[in-house]
Amino acid sequence: MSTRLDKTHDAGSGDGAGGDGVGNKAPAGPADASPVAKDAVTVVDPRLLVRQEGFRGYLNEFARKMRSGDLGAVPVIVGIAIIWAVFQYKDSAFLSPKNLSDLSILIGGTGMISVGIVFVLLLGEIDLSVGSVSGLAAATLAVLNVRHGIPEGLAVVAALAAGAALGALHGFFFARIGVPAFVVTLAGLLAWNGLMLQVLGTTGTIGIDDDSFVRMLTDHYFSQLVAAYGAATVAVAGFFLAQFLDSRRRKAVGIPSRPLSEILARTAVLAVIAYAAAWRLNEYMGLPLALVIFVVVLVGLDFVVRRTPYGRKVIALGGSVEAARRAGINVVAVRVSVFALSGLMAAFGGLMIASRIGSASQQAGTGNLLMEAIAAAVIGGTSLFGGRGSVWSAMLGMLVIGSISSGMNLLGVANSVQYMITGAVLLAAVVIDSVSRRTQRSAGRG
Amino acid sequence: MAIVPNEPVLALRGISKRFGAVQALTDIELEVRAGEVIALVGDNGAGKSTLVKAIAGVGPADEGVLEWQGKPVVIARPHDAQDLGIATVYQDLALCDNIDVVGNLFLGREILRAGVLDEVEMERRARELLSTLSIRIPSVRIPIASLSGGQRQTVAIARSMLGEPKLVILDEPTAALGVEQTAQVLDLVERLRERGLAVVLISHNMADVKAVADRVAVLRLGRNNGTFDVRTTSQEEIISAITGATDNAVTRRKARSGEAAK
Repeated sequence: MSTRLDKTHDAGSGDGAGGDGVGNKAPAGPADASPVAKDAVTVVDPRLLVRQEGFRGYLNEFARKMRSGDLGAVPVIVGIAIIWAVFQYKDSAFLSPKNLSDLSILIGGTGMISVGIVFVLLLGEIDLSVGSVSGLAAATLAVLNVRHGIPEGLAVVAALAAGAALGALHGFFFARIGVPAFVVTLAGLLAWNGLMLQVLGTTGTIGIDDDSFVRMLTDHYFSQLVAAYGAATVAVAGFFLAQFLDSRRRKAVGIPSRPLSEILARTAVLAVIAYAAAWRLNEYMGLPLALVIFVVVLVGLDFVVRRTPYGRKVIALGGSVEAARRAGINVVAVRVSVFALSGLMAAFGGLMIASRIGSASQQAGTGNLLMEAIAAAVIGGTSLFGGRGSVWSAMLGMLVIGSISSGMNLLGVANSVQYMITGAVLLAAVVIDSVSRRTQRSAGRG
Repeated sequence: MAIVPNEPVLALRGISKRFGAVQALTDIELEVRAGEVIALVGDNGAGKSTLVKAIAGVGPADEGVLEWQGKPVVIARPHDAQDLGIATVYQDLALCDNIDVVGNLFLGREILRAGVLDEVEMERRARELLSTLSIRIPSVRIPIASLSGGQRQTVAIARSMLGEPKLVILDEPTAALGVEQTAQVLDLVERLRERGLAVVLISHNMADVKAVADRVAVLRLGRNNGTFDVRTTSQEEIISAITGATDNAVTRRKARSGEAAK
């Protein structure tokens, strides 16, 4: 009985748009109504924003996004281009293979920390403890491995686990107890720095063996020519394949898809960047392992944010906590997990930095490390207000910060000036973020 | 479980709710049938929202029986209501501004393919849903933030339709909208009815109620104050039931002149 009733009503909806009013009495309607409804799905509404096919459509879409304040990574890429041009003009050693190779290793450590910050910023929160957590992780590794002779692999796992556990602890106090994240992580900043000093003890700096695995993280290069070009090829081919298959599937079910010309154009841009990087890196010592690790982490976590239910939950929480809660998202669990991830990435970054320096010292994780990690995420285009951003902003932002500091060092500019310039860049990034938010709100079309 | 066409989908029998010293609802009776729009009207504080919360499981009633398709049920949590097929669209729409239309429609019930979001399938179904409801929005891939108020309301209503509910409760869907946008939402309400859903529409706007509702249930001070057929009842009668103004200068004079005539 119930099915029969449903059927009549379903069929009624087909011609319902035709406006036959209150009752669905017309008996002739149902038979031919449903095919009409099915066709209607593919008919394009004239009021929809339809992308023209081809490259022109892409340009129009791009211009529309720019106008409505959806700037994405454009400001930071323009910024990097300007910074590189200026430094290259001032000192031709800036774009030299050695300097670029060093830069790619330099950004890895702080970049890892920044990736965790991106997740926390997506929630609309802040984690001030990452610097201290990274220092503590490095100290844990050094003490366990060098002083107590525990196998290196075990010590690395312990250091990473400690970072994740501390992050989860912050998350617990924030999400469950309701202490503002700012305060919890500020407490963490002080407390874990203290714990690190205690763990290191009176000796202070603990050196890491030159032939150890951790050391290899940042001083190993894949020196065969084929390694860098091969990695670039894998990245480009993977990108093209993913885009192509997605587009084909979209076409198959009849929803708008990217035309092949656009996929090829995008792939070409990526190919130019990837092969140029591979060429420059091969000019020096080859593909650095640190860069490979960083990029693999970025690709993996970017996938998590954009394509998994978990990432969707994080972004939803950054948009509206109430909406997320009503949609059945476990707010506490997601928040705790994001802070745990932030702690884990901080620990990972701490190990990378210790690996580059070659020791765990009392200064690890202090100074402007924390500020650089947060600044990188924001400069890269991740919004401080939550819900908008990309994992890649950690890399783009670190490229800006790293380029400034590396270029200034080449030119022999004092630290004081470097800090001021980095501060100005950060302010500019936040201004762009705030203004583009306002534009986005006012670009709502009725 | 068979539904006789005229049997109510949801029936409230003697629903009462008390907040401390305040008796918010007293012995409310209400029947909602499939393919029917019933407007729930009443002055501020009449108990409309409390009643909706009782049905939606947000604030369960203290006394009384809820009958779903003829059988008594207990709705203790929002989840219970959803499982039965009751969808509620609240006044604050609870959409994520930063996520696009497709993402919002499927928020919390994403379609997965090998553990990964199946954006293609979600977009296809979203387009299908929006077009069967004749909802016009610029693109399913723009963030909610760039939609107008009326478009957001239609997206929120469409979202409630994904669970294939039998009863949709709309809390003040047109309160913050302009003329054209209100018309869009009212069109959508009619389409829900044509699809055979039961709709409970809470509204302050008599013109909207007259336009789309079949019946009007009036609440006054937490009690039923009459259920009217929209076609045969004048707006004044409904308003006087809302305000309790059956007792006014005109009626008193009438009563007095009636006495005098005796």
